[in-house]
Amino acid sequence: MTPLLEVTNLARHFAVPAKGGSKLPFMGGAPSQLHAVDQVSFTIAEGETVGLVGESGCGKSTLVRLLNRLIDPTAGVIQFQGKDLAEVPARRFVHTDQRAHIQMVFQDANDSLNPRYTAADAIADPARRLKGLRGAALKERVHALADMCGLPRELLSRFPHQLSGGQKARVGIARAIAVEPKLLILDEPTAALDVSVQVVILQLLDDLKNKLGMSYLFVSHDLNVVRLICDRVLVMYLGKIVESGPTARVFRAPAHPYTRALLSAIPSFEPGAHGGRQRVAGEPRSPIDPDPKVCRFYGRCPKGEVRCHSEMPALTEIGRGHRVTCHFPETGAVLHVPQPNLKIVA
Amino acid sequence: MTPAAPLLEVKNLNVEFRTRAGTVKALERVGFSIGKGEAVAVVGESGSGKSVTAYAVMGILDRAARVTGGKVAFGDLDLLQASETDLADIRGREISMIFQNPRAALNPIRRVGDQIADVLIRHGNVKRADAPAKAVQLLATVGIPDPARRAGAYPFELSGGMCQRVMIAIALACDPQLLIADEPTTGLDVTTQAVIMDLVMELGRRRGMAMMLITHDLGMALEYCNRVVVMHAGHVVETAPTAELFRRPRHPYTAKLIAATPRPGTALRALASIPGAMPNLRNVSIPPCRYSPRCERFGSDCERPLPHFGEGGRMVSCWNPV
Repeated sequence: MTPLLEVTNLARHFAVPAKGGSKLPFMGGAPSQLHAVDQVSFTIAEGETVGLVGESGCGKSTLVRLLNRLIDPTAGVIQFQGKDLAEVPARRFVHTDQRAHIQMVFQDANDSLNPRYTAADAIADPARRLKGLRGAALKERVHALADMCGLPRELLSRFPHQLSGGQKARVGIARAIAVEPKLLILDEPTAALDVSVQVVILQLLDDLKNKLGMSYLFVSHDLNVVRLICDRVLVMYLGKIVESGPTARVFRAPAHPYTRALLSAIPSFEPGAHGGRQRVAGEPRSPIDPDPKVCRFYGRCPKGEVRCHSEMPALTEIGRGHRVTCHFPETGAVLHVPQPNLKIVA
Repeated sequence: MTPAAPLLEVKNLNVEFRTRAGTVKALERVGFSIGKGEAVAVVGESGSGKSVTAYAVMGILDRAARVTGGKVAFGDLDLLQASETDLADIRGREISMIFQNPRAALNPIRRVGDQIADVLIRHGNVKRADAPAKAVQLLATVGIPDPARRAGAYPFELSGGMCQRVMIAIALACDPQLLIADEPTTGLDVTTQAVIMDLVMELGRRRGMAMMLITHDLGMALEYCNRVVVMHAGHVVETAPTAELFRRPRHPYTAKLIAATPRPGTALRALASIPGAMPNLRNVSIPPCRYSPRCERFGSDCERPLPHFGEGGRMVSCWNPV
């Protein structure tokens, strides 16, 4: 089966003024390069939900913006439905047919909705621009989308400030699926919501996926949510994918030391469990002009051997779709994730 | 033997906000206590009154707010009656607070070392000349590498996790008896979050400090606190020792909240959702139980004034508990 999206060696570097040098481009030396996304390769199959996790500053957002074709990559291939999207410059991508096929739900429904557009306007806009719908057909489409996303029709005439957080999230989702995308990128869609609302939105997303057959790229820092809804997970660290694999497998037996630290940082729902768990100390290395020979996690990694400092590890398969970028992966070691024996009275 | 008097005792606290659209009854008969050295979590969804409670305790409520009744006893002092001078002496020295967004809470145009020194000079009986050295020492305590150099940094030069460490250093500068942490790790990465919470707990334990942890994350409450206070729409609906609360929640809202939280070993479809929304607290006629419009166990009893059933360190404010 050919994947819906196949990303190969994708990179995006940003020029930053050289340390200590002049900020003026013509005064001395080449600028430094910030490696926001470096040699990233992965696939997303049709109908698959892939989670993308990592700390802030690891390049998640840059990667999302590359896939969304809002910015141009420095190098690499973004194969989407058999076409290389990386060849099309970002400012021309808007006018291609592919624009409608990759859509996005933004993190903060507050900031991403136009305050002067009603809910109906917000949902109608992409359908009008990209699908060419007008008049009654457009209105019908907006109503159908509102119904699909559980947004009462009487709320369609309201402005964002008159809607609750959950309702705004629904508008953001309805707007994104208005043009029937094949790939929906969700950037922390529930981060700003309370747990009771979060559940409803996650269940809505799951329903929509089953109904419309979209693929999801789900960016999140909430690993408990990722575990709940993702088929596969990508773990990013300083511009690189350090581990990828089926969610259940990665959560049960994480192989990269960073993933292990990340997973053991999740509150465990075990009273007083915080002692004696794996922690990752210190701050990440600088992403500016990183040494191509040194593993990005070197310095924070509990392993940190000579080889880690002299040879960059490559993404290597360690078993059934489970890949890891580490010279000394923990193979077969199951991470102790305490299973709460709390009976919940609902 | 009578149990020792609690360090902080909040009783029947009522807070209102006057707004153009009417009076908001933000807190109604809020009560709970924190013992010496105890870690208590205050959990609830946004708008439930967690932060307002903390601000009321600290005496830093917004000007539009008015405390219309109740008592906040800290030792033998009622903080609601205390003069501004007394409060100023207590804040920072006896009770200190870590705010939600460290970057916004720190002064952006003062070096972090100076900001710590300010607190030491004002509240900590430290001589002006000794303060900078003590500040560097505190930065080292909260695990900031190269503290002497970082003391000269401005907040914008530090990462979010570092800024939060500076906040913790300021809060702990004078060995307070009570630390109020208002969502101390929101906006931080999970790895940083875990490290910061471990740090707060470790420093707290070493100094015998009590903590009030305000959070919307039940997982954090469970992991770090001895007792949990559950709030909904300005009411305390349930108080219980942590393990018991999770094993056997009594208030229908608590039960739903726990069942709605994603955790290891649950499926998406097994998670509960809570129908409806919090009542509009501006309305003149709010039902006595503010959860009743959303509640599945609603009965005729629920129209009566709310009870506060208590037994063995537990309290539930419901006529029809689970």
